[in-house]
Amino acid sequence: MQIPDVKQKWPNPINTVTIGATREEGGTRSHTITIGGATTLPYLYFEGDIPHRPVIAMEVWDIAPSDWPETLAENFSDVWDDPGKWAKKCVEEFGADLICLRLQGCDPDGENKDANHAQEAVKRVLNSVGVPLIIWGCGNKDKDNEIFPACSQAAAGERCLLGTITEDNYKTLVALCQADKHKVIAESPVDINIAKQVNILATDAGLSPEDIVIYPTTGALGYGIEYVYSIMERGRIAGLGGDKMWAMPILGDIGKEVWKVKEAIAPEQNVPEWGDHRKRGPLWELTTAVVYLQAGADILIMRHPMAVKEAKAYIDKLMGKS
Amino acid sequence: MILVGERINGGFKDIQRAIREKDKSIIQHWAKVQTDAGADYLDVNMGAASNKVEDFIWMIETVQEVVSTPISIDSNKPAFIKEALKVCKKPALINSTTADKEKLDQILPLAVEYGASVVGVCMDKKGAPQDVNRRVELGATIFGEAIEKGLSEDRIFLDPVTMPLKFLQEQAANVIEAIRQFTLLSSPPPHIIVGLSNISSKTQEVKLLNRIFLVMCICAGLDAAICDITDEELVNSAIAAEVILSKHIYSDSFIKAYKESKKK
Repeated sequence: MQIPDVKQKWPNPINTVTIGATREEGGTRSHTITIGGATTLPYLYFEGDIPHRPVIAMEVWDIAPSDWPETLAENFSDVWDDPGKWAKKCVEEFGADLICLRLQGCDPDGENKDANHAQEAVKRVLNSVGVPLIIWGCGNKDKDNEIFPACSQAAAGERCLLGTITEDNYKTLVALCQADKHKVIAESPVDINIAKQVNILATDAGLSPEDIVIYPTTGALGYGIEYVYSIMERGRIAGLGGDKMWAMPILGDIGKEVWKVKEAIAPEQNVPEWGDHRKRGPLWELTTAVVYLQAGADILIMRHPMAVKEAKAYIDKLMGKS
Repeated sequence: MILVGERINGGFKDIQRAIREKDKSIIQHWAKVQTDAGADYLDVNMGAASNKVEDFIWMIETVQEVVSTPISIDSNKPAFIKEALKVCKKPALINSTTADKEKLDQILPLAVEYGASVVGVCMDKKGAPQDVNRRVELGATIFGEAIEKGLSEDRIFLDPVTMPLKFLQEQAANVIEAIRQFTLLSSPPPHIIVGLSNISSKTQEVKLLNRIFLVMCICAGLDAAICDITDEELVNSAIAAEVILSKHIYSDSFIKAYKESKKK
């Protein structure tokens, strides 16, 4: 009996998004990074291409974090009072493909730093590393709208990835992206319909689909990961099938989610049966990352150097490089 | 949904005049308007305005001067279809063949040679089908022959033959049931298409009947229609029907999302 050919033909490739601009392109980055472009579901090479490898951004803050566990602190506390030095260490020692600068210090419920502070942090990172940059706000939408103009301007032409826009807060960031030639992260609350809607709103406001990366929200391993996985899978199937408002690369914010769950941070002396937290934490982050890679994520934001290193090795395997 | 704009047809007086007077502007107007409305194909039909193949080619080339929308070659003459295929810049839709063997033997190899898709109308020399079974039998014949000749499912469009509700009322339900059965022919099934405006011919509720019939057919498995694509309510109804059937991911702006997806 002949075995039927079950290969799918997908009519619509996933968009590519290029982050970073070199001097010739009006920026100062040493190189650019292009993501997306898949013509099949993740890594089904018998069906289509995965032309661009997923990339890993390491997370840098504008202030020294007060709530990062020792497992993380021991890698970064020597540099985390300066985002420039922190970024440099991530790139040079830990092999980060990009830097994600999170402007946590501007959070009104935290240190409530102002736009000047945020802009200064952006400049420090841009000056100290050559890799492309993600700039992530503090998460308070009013405050983000206040600090982003200065940050966007300080990085004008650098083709950064700015985030995030949401269904009810997108106009400021979309306008900045257009004015200063950046790309945008479109956030939705684990909701396939709203993810699509945010993209419609952003394109309606003038961005092209190639300026958008989807952030469907991230859940850590054990904390809703399967919901996000199924949304990414359904969304990617729709995008490949012709839905242009789901044909964007996808981002996973791994580190932030993993490093707040007890399984990753609880010290061994509190839960001896869980074993060494210094291994367990990075493993939790790595395992979460692997799931998102399998779901089709194109950019992961991560924290622990060991998890980053192993995730990159895993990406090499997925891309057939080892 | 694959929508074929019906308007460039010699049956319309302005098109008839355009063909006779070689007035490109009218044809190009409809080419642009229907393309802007989201047509996947533009049907080109001479009607009774001419019987010269040169005129047919002139129509197609006139359309292609202003839009890049693929052409639906609407003719029952294999010789005309062949000449038309030679000038089509994008893979065309041949509209149409019947289930007659000699017709299939002429048309299907042309579709294969030119990378075209083909509409198979479920009738033959014995006439138009009067019930569900006859439609399905003829549809299966066309489908089987087309696959045999090397066309894939996604290049085959079966047409269960829509008839005027006003004169053949019971045929409408037969068409809907035939569509349902066509979807069982293969997995994935072929495309299923109707010439929508037939349903409302000579009635006083043209748009209402077109719209409701289209939605009912979509519910049965229809995924293509030759229709008045400039009827915005009609197109929006089709999009809504497909969203309700989960063919597209819902979003609050689903109409806009669909239309953006169709932009070339």
